[in-house]
Amino acid sequence: MKRQNIYSFLISILSLVFGNFIIGSGFISNSYKTVILQIGIYLIASLSLNFTLGYLGEFTLGHAGFLAVGAYTSALLVKNGMNFLIAITISAITSCLVGYIVGVLSSRLRGDYLAIASLGISEIIRIFIVNIEIFGGPKGLKSIPKYSNFLLIYSLVILSFVVFKLIIKSKHGRTIIAIREDEIAVKSLGISTKKYKILAFCVSAFFAGISGALWAGNQGILTPGEFGFMKSVEILVMVILGGIGSMTGSVISTGLLVAFPVIFQIFIPNMNKYRMVIYALILILVMILRPSGIMGKKEFKLKNPGGNENE
Amino acid sequence: MSNYALECINLNLMFKNHHAVKDFSLQVEKGKTYGLIGPNGAGKTTVLNLLTKVYKQNSGDIFLNGKNTKKMDSTQINRHGIARTFQNIRLFKEMTVFENIVVGLHNNQKYSLFDSIFRTPKYFSEEKKIRERSLKLLSIFGIEDKADCLCKNLSYGTQRKVEILRALATEPLILLLDEPAAGMNSSETMNLFEVINKIKNEFEMMSFIVIEHNMNFIMKICDYIYVLNHGETIAKGKPEEIQNNKEVENAYLGGQYAENK
Repeated sequence: MKRQNIYSFLISILSLVFGNFIIGSGFISNSYKTVILQIGIYLIASLSLNFTLGYLGEFTLGHAGFLAVGAYTSALLVKNGMNFLIAITISAITSCLVGYIVGVLSSRLRGDYLAIASLGISEIIRIFIVNIEIFGGPKGLKSIPKYSNFLLIYSLVILSFVVFKLIIKSKHGRTIIAIREDEIAVKSLGISTKKYKILAFCVSAFFAGISGALWAGNQGILTPGEFGFMKSVEILVMVILGGIGSMTGSVISTGLLVAFPVIFQIFIPNMNKYRMVIYALILILVMILRPSGIMGKKEFKLKNPGGNENE
Repeated sequence: MSNYALECINLNLMFKNHHAVKDFSLQVEKGKTYGLIGPNGAGKTTVLNLLTKVYKQNSGDIFLNGKNTKKMDSTQINRHGIARTFQNIRLFKEMTVFENIVVGLHNNQKYSLFDSIFRTPKYFSEEKKIRERSLKLLSIFGIEDKADCLCKNLSYGTQRKVEILRALATEPLILLLDEPAAGMNSSETMNLFEVINKIKNEFEMMSFIVIEHNMNFIMKICDYIYVLNHGETIAKGKPEEIQNNKEVENAYLGGQYAENK
C-alpha cells in the first residue's frame, strides 16, 4: 500500500471513532445530529449517482427508484426480525437487480430518451409500492426499527467511496470512463459497451440501495411520496453542483446542500422566510460562476480522501 | 475457404434513395497494403464503416479469415481481427495516453471486478504486465515520455500516432486507417510514412487498408489501389497503373479539364 493510502485509512478510522464519540457524548443537539446522519445517507446516494452520471456519462432521472427499492426491502426485512446488516445487504442486491434493468435500457437508449425511461422506471416502482398492501400503500410503513447510527452510516459512506475509487482505478473503471469519452471508439476496440453500462448501473444501484436502507433505518417511517421525481432531482442537483465526475465534489456539495438549512439558521437567523429564495439563488450563482460545478472534474487532494465525511 | 485475410463480395449499401456503395468487391492478402482513393463523398469511409459493422450492408458478403461476418457486431469484428482509426480522431481525450492504450489492451487483461475491488495479487500482476506492454507499444513510435499526458493536450500528429497504437493494441490482422495524414503538413506526413513502414516491419503478417487524399503518400505506401467514385469502383490496380488511368483523372479533376488537356 502507498503511504498516502495508509494515511487516508488511519484518518478515516480516527474520524469515525472521534465522530462517534462526539455524537454519543451529547455535545451536539439532536437536530444537528439528524442533519449529520442525513448528510451521510445523501452522500452514498450522490456518490452512486455520480458513478453513472459522471463516470459512465449517462443522464438518468430515476435514482430515487433505487433508493425506494432499498428502503422498502430493508424496512420489511428488519420489521420481520432480520438482522439489519443482512437486511441492508439484501436490499442492496435487490436494488442492484433494478439497476440491471436500467443498465439494459441504457445500452439501447441514449441521452434524453434514457432520462425519460429511467424516470418511468422509478415512477413504476413508486406506484407499485403505493398499490401493494404489504408496503403499507400510500400511508406507508410505520415503526421501522431505527437501526441507522452514526458509525454504521459513515462506515458505509467510507466503504462506498473506497469501492468506487477502486473500481475507477481498474480496467473496469477505465473502460467506463472511455465509454463516456467515446462509445464508438470503445466498440471498435473489441469491448462490449453493453456489459460495462450494465455493470456501472448495477454498482451504482447497489450503493443507492444501501443508501435507501439507511434512510429507512434513520427515519423509522416510509411513505412512497418521498421517493418521487423531486428526490431524484435533489440528488442530481448535489452531483451537478459538486462537479460531474468528481467524487470529492459530490461530497462537498452534498454536505453543503443538506446542511444548508442549519447553516442558514446559524448565520442569518432572522431571514428564515427567504431561505428557499436564497437556496435557489446560490444554485444559480454557482452554475454561472462555475459551470462545471464546484470541483469540475478534479478531485480534492489532501491526505484525507473522504473530505468532510465527519462534518 | 480462401487464403485472403479479408474478402468482400458485391457489397451494396443504400441510404434511402442514395446508392452509397455499389457492388464493391475487395480481396485483402496477408501482409499487403491496400489504398482506397476517390473524390469526397465517393464512399471510402462508408466502405470502412461496412467492414467494421458501423453500417450493415443491404446485400453482399464479407469474409474475415474465411468466416462470414453477417452476424457479427463491431465488437466481435474487432475480436476477429479488424482494428481501425477514425477520420476525425476518436481518442479518449480526458484520459492519458497510457490509459488510452490500456483500454485497447482491455481484452488482454484477465481480472474480474472482484479482483479490482479487493486488489488481489492477480490485479497487481496483470496491471504490471499491461503497463509494460503499453510502454513497449509506445516505444514503437518513441513516445514513451508522453505516457502520462492527457490526450487533449497532444499535438495533432501525436494524437494520430496514439490512435494507431491503440488500434494496434488489440492485435489486429488487418488495420484500417481512415485518412491518417489528414491535416498534417508535409514533414508530418513523411514522418507518418516512416511510422507505417515501421509497423509493417514489426508486424509482417498484418494487412493495411488506407484511405488517403495525399497521392504521393498513397502511391508510395500501397501495394494495390482501389479508386471509388459515387460508390462505384472505377479502377483498381497497382499504383503505377492507377497513375496513368484516364478515368481516375476524370473523376478527380472533372471531365472538362481532362478534355481540354
